[in-house]
Amino acid sequence: METRKTSLFDLVYKYGTVAVILLVILYFSLTNPYFFTYNNITDILRSISIVTFVGIGVTFSLIVGGFDLSVGSTVSLATVTVASMMVWYQQGPLLTLLVPVVLSLIVGLINAFLVVKIRIPDLLATLAMMYIVNGIHMTYSKGYSIYTNMPMQDGSMAQGKFEDWFLWLGQGEVFSLPVPVILTFLLVIITHIYVNYTRQGRMMYMVGGNMEAARLSGIPVNRYRTLAYVLSALFAGLGGMLLAARIGTGQVSSGSTLLMDAVAAAFVGFSVFGAGKPNVFGTFVGAILIGVLLNGMTMLNLPYYAYDIVKGSVLAVALAVTYYQLRRRRNA
Amino acid sequence: MSDLIMTGIRKQFSGVPALRSVDFEVKSGEVHALLGANGAGKSTLMKILTGAYQADEGTISIEGRKVKIESPQDAKQLGVQCVYQEVDTALIPYLSVAENILMDQLVASRRKGLIRWKRLYEQAEAILKKFDFVIPVKKQVEACTLSEKQLILIARAAAQQARFVIFDEPTAPLSNRESERLFAIIEQLKQAGVGIIYISHRLPEIFQICDRITIMRDGRRVFTGETQSTPMDEVISHMLGKSFSEEFPKLKVPIGNLLLEAKGIQGGKVRGADLTVREGEIVGIVGLVGAGKTELARLLFGADRMEAGTLSIKGKQVRPRTPREAVEAGIVLVPEERRKEGIFVEESVKHNLSVTTLAKWTTLGFVRRGLEALQADELIRRVGVKTANSNLPAGSLSGGNQQKVAIGKWLDTEASLFMFDEPTKGVDIGAKSEIYRLIGQLAEQGKGVLYFSCEIPEVMGIADRILVMCEGRIVKELGREEATQELIMYYASGGK
Repeated sequence: METRKTSLFDLVYKYGTVAVILLVILYFSLTNPYFFTYNNITDILRSISIVTFVGIGVTFSLIVGGFDLSVGSTVSLATVTVASMMVWYQQGPLLTLLVPVVLSLIVGLINAFLVVKIRIPDLLATLAMMYIVNGIHMTYSKGYSIYTNMPMQDGSMAQGKFEDWFLWLGQGEVFSLPVPVILTFLLVIITHIYVNYTRQGRMMYMVGGNMEAARLSGIPVNRYRTLAYVLSALFAGLGGMLLAARIGTGQVSSGSTLLMDAVAAAFVGFSVFGAGKPNVFGTFVGAILIGVLLNGMTMLNLPYYAYDIVKGSVLAVALAVTYYQLRRRRNA
Repeated sequence: MSDLIMTGIRKQFSGVPALRSVDFEVKSGEVHALLGANGAGKSTLMKILTGAYQADEGTISIEGRKVKIESPQDAKQLGVQCVYQEVDTALIPYLSVAENILMDQLVASRRKGLIRWKRLYEQAEAILKKFDFVIPVKKQVEACTLSEKQLILIARAAAQQARFVIFDEPTAPLSNRESERLFAIIEQLKQAGVGIIYISHRLPEIFQICDRITIMRDGRRVFTGETQSTPMDEVISHMLGKSFSEEFPKLKVPIGNLLLEAKGIQGGKVRGADLTVREGEIVGIVGLVGAGKTELARLLFGADRMEAGTLSIKGKQVRPRTPREAVEAGIVLVPEERRKEGIFVEESVKHNLSVTTLAKWTTLGFVRRGLEALQADELIRRVGVKTANSNLPAGSLSGGNQQKVAIGKWLDTEASLFMFDEPTKGVDIGAKSEIYRLIGQLAEQGKGVLYFSCEIPEVMGIADRILVMCEGRIVKELGREEATQELIMYYASGGK
């Protein structure tokens, strides 16, 4: 009797997320004729792509047993700086892309410094960084979103504009596949291979599994933890740039909601196909779930502020399932 | 006469029987030893008694009355208490001693609102006094020593008028002196009519304090008898299911060149240690708990910061600042806290075994999984890990097999000096002898071995040379022939 009950849970645990996604899609398709249209599907995929970038960043911090709350702020920072490079300073592709990437890497290094060297608990250190980075991007943008032809402080109009090549990254299509979707697939495949098939990936999992045992096995633990925080910030930054390219403005505070989405995606990902640990593919599936839900809720004309209730609930359920499973495995 | 009788207890875990109809009884006022190799079913049986698990079949009765134990609360109400091995899991570190002792009363109290602190402290003090425990009741538990924490747990059990108390490996973290004190307390409980179930791997103390012995093997009870009329050999053979004539086999190995030379090692608790190890030599480092053995091992391994001292391997100066540097210098450590430091419980046996050598199986950054799996199977065979396959999580293995994994991961490295810190702690006799065999083989291959342990007979059995530690210093060196248990004890406890 006992065994049959466990196998039912295992089944739900493994395939539950995918089943829920399919059910949600089915429900929205039946209730709204616009949901299952080409335009809407590509729209969902575009929004998923950003959550996936940030979520994979979070996944790296989770793999080494850490956590990164500052990804949302890093998204905002990258969004605003990439926009300002074009609109305010009329820079070419090189600096436009390089500056936000470098800034993100610096955020990651500072996170790593606080967590790995100074040994502040990850949640608290990255909480502090979240506010600092948020403040920096607000100060830098003076609280205004950055867009083509925006009025400047001296009353003139901004000289630069969102370049077409940049917008193409977020809005373009190749063989009628949206560019961000292609980028997302590439990212998922590359990072999936990286964490599962390379030695560095394996070592990150070992570090996350038992940091002390890893250290005593001669693994340079701090190097891998640093790497994870840097990658976390890097992917958040890339996600932020993609966001700017998709909406065509450097929206202030645009990343704050993405923190929640990315964290939820990563934790939903724990259970996908029974992985039981943070994993890239699971995070992607988690991002799909979040993306579909958000889009569906928009179509249903739910009040915007109610989204957080749904997202929070998804995270709570994902956490409940993850920790229930962990407890079960420990007891077994 | 109040007896606790368990009859026909059966328990399965996902189809695998852990207990196959076990009978067990404890009389009040007796100390009853429960023995068995790891995985024999002792803990499962005790967990059923304390309400942590439910039996599939079988009955429990106390004083001839059938009882139902469906939760830890039920067990407590019936006066069944357990003093767990891992004391920290049962205590709240930032509360006072008194609050911890009277925790259950505080929780169960019908009084809402304010706590009467004065009464709480008085009550706690009264309980401690009954046993002549000297712990300030207002002290924070966090600041207590391990043995004090154990006393708090015993006091807590006493505070609830326990009728039956289970001691699960209570002496594992204690020094000899503290153990003796514990035995006195157990005797006191016994005089007060408490029935005591005593679980331990240490046979000498079983024979010292227990009235009867029950031995389990493979989920069955195989023996119950009076301690007085049972010779130790018989106990060992019941536990193993075969006779165990030579408990500590020792390989004869020629001793080679100087391998490790350490001078004036200092750091933390360690206040100066000189030692040498030769190729093929097993050097035992004995000392009571708290003598600084683990600390010394960690200093040599670069896991903690060395304040002073020099270290050379094969004549070459090294100064490992991290375990990684120690490993590069050829020094490895199998640490004491197996599950916390030795293995990755959630990772597969294969990944555990390859963690130290993965670079060998890596091409262009990618792990060559086929080679990795081959190596894992080879190591599993060599160290004798009992596992269905190398993909099972290491945490699912028994303690002894986990230890073999923790050792096995170093065998394919270039290490020349192997350090073992209490490698047989919580390991059953069968696995123990295999661990000795492995260590012997390492010596045979010309490796040097440093064997840290507080189990004096073990060290006497395996070591070529014995260094005695006391209060952070190496106080005496004894050859294999001249070492006796008494002599070691004398120096370990501060004799000059």
